[in-house]
Amino acid sequence: MKYIYDLHKTMLSRNLILVYEGEFTQEITKSVLAMAERNMDSMGEESSIKRKVFNVMVECLQNIVKHSDDFNPLSAKRNAAIFIIGKEDDRYVVTSGNPVDTEAADALKKRIDEINELDKDGLKAMYKDIIKSNSLSNKGGAGLGFVDMARKSGQKLEYDFEDMGEGFKFFSLTTTILRF
Amino acid sequence: MEIINLEGTEDTPKILLDKGNGIFEISGRSLPEDSAEFYQPILDWITAYGEDPNPETLFTFKLEYFNTASSKLILDVLSALEDIDGVSIDWYFHEDDEDMEEAGEEFSELVEIPFEFKTY
Repeated sequence: MKYIYDLHKTMLSRNLILVYEGEFTQEITKSVLAMAERNMDSMGEESSIKRKVFNVMVECLQNIVKHSDDFNPLSAKRNAAIFIIGKEDDRYVVTSGNPVDTEAADALKKRIDEINELDKDGLKAMYKDIIKSNSLSNKGGAGLGFVDMARKSGQKLEYDFEDMGEGFKFFSLTTTILRF
Repeated sequence: MEIINLEGTEDTPKILLDKGNGIFEISGRSLPEDSAEFYQPILDWITAYGEDPNPETLFTFKLEYFNTASSKLILDVLSALEDIDGVSIDWYFHEDDEDMEEAGEEFSELVEIPFEFKTY
């Protein structure tokens, strides 16, 4: 059972305050948000920082919920996502990871690269353009999640795609919220 | 006209739409799983209200947090209000919440309705 101690040490050394792996639903989203909020409250975090972290967490979690139905209910990949919050002295780090097919991976990469090239005013303009012109997708997404995460955090979105074989990639996305 | 009075929950806002008493308010948190479904009755109510509105309608937004899918629906609510004469908006934000202040400013730039910004 050494893996338990190893996992514990990894979480401590990487400053992870919450790790959730498994099925993602709206109910689970609410529970994870409540846990993270209580954690920030108990550490006496400033309300402006708490709101930004909350905001990024919601977009991240709801992205996973919406896209987990892309998979066949019997597929192991459907419930194979991970959500992590890290807290260091000067920052919160919100990370999600979920499987996507190769085609979606290419589209995601293009989209995030496009967002990362924009400055504050560019992001604002993109947000307004999308909200004016787009209707909600059939999944109920507004196409604004990544733009909003970039705006609220004020940082570039970091991503990685690891090959899972069988035409899938594991998409990891990290957003950093500075505490000062 | 019927009154819409919904209690807020951890993922849906409190809604009060009361023509008789002239109270129109959306407040709290808005991050429902299906924002289109949640806001549809509110949009329908505003459309019906627009047939015979009060001479003045002060609509209050006092949101603590909303997700991006809700932001699209909030714009739909504002667009529905835009077609009604005598509408104005009070947009509340917590005094240290620059993001909510900025969100209000952006909405005010997207519709032709007078906005007043207030802190709480």
